[in-house]
Parts: sequence; structure tokens; C-alpha cells
Amino acid sequence: MDGTLLFQLALNGLIVGALYGVVAMSFVLIYKASQVVNFAQGEFLLVGAWMCWWFLTEWQLPFVIGFLFTLVFMTLFGIILQVVVLRPLIGEPVISVIMATIGMGIFFQALMKWIFGVFAKPFPPVFTAERVSVLGLEVQTAYLLSLGISLAIMAGFGWFFRYSRHGLAMRATAFDQQVAQSLGISVPRVFAMSWAISAVVSAVAGVTVGMVNGVSSALSFYGIKVFPAVILGGLDSILGAVLGGLIVGVLENLAQYVDSQWLNWGNMYQVAPFYALLLILLIKPYGLFGTKNIERI
Amino acid sequence: MTVMTPAGDFRTSYRADTTIFPTLGSRAALWAGLAVLCFAPLVLDRYFLSLLINVGTLGIAALGLNILVGFTGQISIGHAAFFGFGAFSSAWLHDTFGLPVLLCIPIAGVMTALIGLVFGAPAARLKGLYLAIATLAAQFILEDFFARARWFTGGVAGRLTESPAIGGFALDREETYFYLVLAFVIVMFVAAANLMRTRDGRALVAVRDHYLSAEIMGINLAYYRTLSFGIASFYAGIGGALYAHHLQFVSVEAFNILFSIQFLGMVIIGGLGSIMGSLMGAAFMVALPEVVQSAADAVAGGAIDRALKIGGNISFLREMAIGAAIILFLIFEPDGLARRWKLIKAYWKLYPYSH
Repeated sequence: MDGTLLFQLALNGLIVGALYGVVAMSFVLIYKASQVVNFAQGEFLLVGAWMCWWFLTEWQLPFVIGFLFTLVFMTLFGIILQVVVLRPLIGEPVISVIMATIGMGIFFQALMKWIFGVFAKPFPPVFTAERVSVLGLEVQTAYLLSLGISLAIMAGFGWFFRYSRHGLAMRATAFDQQVAQSLGISVPRVFAMSWAISAVVSAVAGVTVGMVNGVSSALSFYGIKVFPAVILGGLDSILGAVLGGLIVGVLENLAQYVDSQWLNWGNMYQVAPFYALLLILLIKPYGLFGTKNIERI
Repeated sequence: MTVMTPAGDFRTSYRADTTIFPTLGSRAALWAGLAVLCFAPLVLDRYFLSLLINVGTLGIAALGLNILVGFTGQISIGHAAFFGFGAFSSAWLHDTFGLPVLLCIPIAGVMTALIGLVFGAPAARLKGLYLAIATLAAQFILEDFFARARWFTGGVAGRLTESPAIGGFALDREETYFYLVLAFVIVMFVAAANLMRTRDGRALVAVRDHYLSAEIMGINLAYYRTLSFGIASFYAGIGGALYAHHLQFVSVEAFNILFSIQFLGMVIIGGLGSIMGSLMGAAFMVALPEVVQSAADAVAGGAIDRALKIGGNISFLREMAIGAAIILFLIFEPDGLARRWKLIKAYWKLYPYSH
């Protein structure tokens, strides 16, 4: 048993898990506001990261400006997707909406491969120091930054939903669309806004991962890791999504450790969360903290 | 029984309502279509036959998915994994136990159905989104299993499969294999059409339309949801086995999530809850890459090709076409090609007085 290795793995898990948490949070945001399950969440990361990479390398913009451009682009991207694809599907069965987001997912993934190629491309270096030492452990600066950004986004979400006018409008819409409408909230605008915010937050996560690992289509796998996270944490709880993300992050790293020490099955890192997911759904069909729908006839 | 459907609905008995062929015309059209297909290997070249075989194998699997998605209202994003399981089990059965391939194909279907029931166990209580996520997990777990189980799948190298033979006559060419697939397509589609006329079939539809009312009427929800999952996996297994013995080689990477999404695309494009629609959707999905390819060939070497670098990126263009087709159908024709076909028939029935 190697104590330092285990600690390092747990720390890695927490850092990656915080990113999962951020992506899961933006997934839950869309679900809460517009009742749409977004299977293209990973492609939001991908598009955001590639756009930022493009601004930085092709346009040679400084990081801050390129990053701001990316955020503006992602805002428009989210709004356009909602208006063009999702709005005509309001009132259609759940399966149709799920399929539309899946269609968007493969469309954008293929488009990004077409434009930017299949190989991972590194970001231009943003920091002067590659690694810093924390508690005697070597940690990449970008990882630390990503942890900081994740925490900042989470705090920002907390403030937004509690105190801001738009956040309250969103919560009202999530609670009951008709009541929200009768109180003068523009529900279509809330839908569009939730997609915009979700796209922006995912893009931030995408850029952060891109800075560490380089940008490639592997980024979209973050969108799939969201599902174990939200099943663990509950689909309609933003705090639960964050917790679920952290647990999934730690779980994968521990599964990898167990695997490399004893089992030697290989690839447990990718698959362990899905075993956990099936197990949870077998016991609790609405996830660990999800609310059970009460339906009328 | 009339040759054409009269303008209006004159059904007076339940029997007339559930009949598969409402008119003599539709029955004659089917026989004529089958006769034309029987002569297809004599006139078409190998490439087109191979496409038709693909339509058949994928169509069988798509029909299974349609029973699950279109008739029962359950979703599965892991259909390609079950399709792959059928492909590998048929090859494995043949190599390990020396069974004739023709026997391996149905056994592979049963094995896949059993695996489907295992993964379908959570499906008994799940629906909609949660089921989508559970089947997504099944997709990844099975993919991981394929990559790891060398004894079963041949690992990364893949697995060679034998051609079936009937009494020493090997069906190893497109021209002969076509008839085998055609036979399976007919059996599987007739079975599905008849299933939907039985008590079990109506129960599945009731579960889709309003599961609470169905439960109150005495339909066992868990039983029918699991049953539907098992049937879907059975069809996927048969389709996969036929696919494997046609290609004579199966590799682990083929059965990824994109393939699963293609199956869902077939069902949506063909028409949810339409039996012949499944075949139309499969035909559409097989034709789509060919159309993209010929469009790319048409502009090859020109200015558009150079500007967009189409030549080396054709596979991405195909994936984009699949995604775009799914979205466009959902927005503009949510009931799929089957409904479009009905509209065309209705138009010609009243011609020239149709509005």
C-alpha cells in the first residue's frame, strides 16, 4: 500500500471531480430550467475549447481577450441551438428531445474533427511555472487554476440563483412554467438564457481541461461522465451534481488504483463509474437524491 | 376484400381492424415486391447486393429497437452493443462448439436476449431519461467487455467468421447470402407484425401510451418492460449474427456508441411505432453515406473540395449527415418516412381530386 500514491490519486480525483461537478452543474441547469436532457454537453466543452484554441493560436490573441471572445461566442452558440433546434421540439415526447441533443452531439463532434483534425493540440503556455508544490505534492498550475475556477463558478451559481433577478426567474420557471409565465417571466427567454449559461460554463471547463491535456475530441467524454455524476447526485439538485462530480472523480482514480494493484483488468478508470451507475439505478430508480415524480392520470 | 381501400373507414369488426393487409392490392404489392427481390441477385452487382444485405441485417436490429422505442416507449442507447454481442456470440458458438452457422444465428439471438434481460432488469423500473442513462452504461460496459474478453471476441485483433452452408452448399457469396438474409427479414418482420396483434403486443402499446392506466388495467409493467427489452435484444442478436457472417470479420471497435445512435436514427427516420418504417429507416441510413460519398465525388478536385478539404474528411462528413438527418427529421417529420409514405399513398388514391 503506497500512501503517497493514494493521496496523489485522491487529490487528482478531487481536481478532475470538481471539473465533472462544473459540467454536471451546467447539465442540471438546462434540465431544471427547460426539462431537456442535454446529451451534447460534452460537445459544448469541445466547441468552447477549440474556439479558444483557435483564437489563441490562429489569431494570436492574448489569453484573456481570446478567452472573453470564446465566452461571447458560446453565449450566442447556446442561444442559437436552443432557438433553432430545441424550441420547435417543445411538447414533443422525451425520447425525441433526447435524440435531438444526441444528433447535435455527433454533428458538432464530427464538425470539430473536420475543422481541427483528430489529433490533440496543445494550448500555448499560459503560465510561467508549469508545476507548483502543494503539501509536498507536485501539482500542475493549470490543475490548481481549474480547481479555483471550478470553486468560483460554483460560488457564482450559488449567488446567481439566490440573489439575482434572472436566477430567481429561472428557479420560478423550473418550479412551474405556467405560474412563472403568469408572473410576467418570459419563459422562452429563460430557456435561451439557461442554454447560454450552460454553454459558457461548459466552455470554461473545456478550456481548463484543454490547457492541461491539450484539445482533442476526447474532451466530449466529460459530457458522458456527467451521467454517473447526476445519477449519484440527483438530476434536479445543483449541489448534488457538484457532489456527484467529486465522487465520480475520486471513484475513477480509486478504481484505477485497485485495478493496477490487484485486479489488472485494465480500463477500470473509464468503466467503474458506469458499474456504480447501474447498481444505483437498480436499487433506487430515481438516483440517490432525485425526487420521485408523482404523476396524475 | 377490395383491391383499394375505400375513401373512408368502413371497418366493422375487430378482426378487420387488426388485419395486416387491409386490401388485396397491398397483399399483391407485397408478393410482387418479394418476387422482384428474389430476382435481385441476378441483375444487381455485388456492391448493391451488399448494400441490400446491410439494409436487411440492420433492418432486423432496427425493428427490435422499434419494438422497444416505438411500441413500448422505452429508450435504449446501447443497441449496437447488443448487436455486437450477437455478432460475437454466433462466431464464438461456431468456433468453440462446431455448430453449423445456421444454427448459431438463432442461438446467438437467444444469448443476446438473455444478456438483454440482465441489463434490462433495471429497465423494469426505469423509463425516459433514467433508462437512457442506464442503457448508455450498458453500452460502455459491454464495449469494455468486448475489448477485454479475448476468448470471446478475439480482443483488439477481431474475429473471423465462417459463412453458413445448407447441406454442403456454402452461402459465401453476396448472391447466395442475400437469400438467407431475405428469409430472415421475412420471418422476423412477419413475427413482429403478428406480435403486435396479440395480447402481449397490445400490452406493450398500452405501456407506451399511458403506463399508469395500463397498470391499472392489470398489465404487469415490470414484466412487459423487461419482455420488450428481451425482444429488442433478440432482434439485435439475430441482426448482428447475420451481419457478422456477411462481413466474415468482426472487430471490437465497430460496435461503438455512434453505431447505437445510428440505430436510434433509423427508428426515428423510419417512423416510431411502424414495422415497415424500421426497414425504410435502415435503408435510409445505409443510403445516406453513399449519397454523401457521391456528393463528395461530384465536387472532388473542384474549388469547393480544396477550400473545405472534403477529400480526406469524408468520414466526418458522414457522421455530420447522420446527426443532421436525425435533427431535421425530428423537427420537420417527427413521424418519419412511414408517415410520408402514407401521405403519398393517400394523395394518389384521390388523384386527381386530392387537394
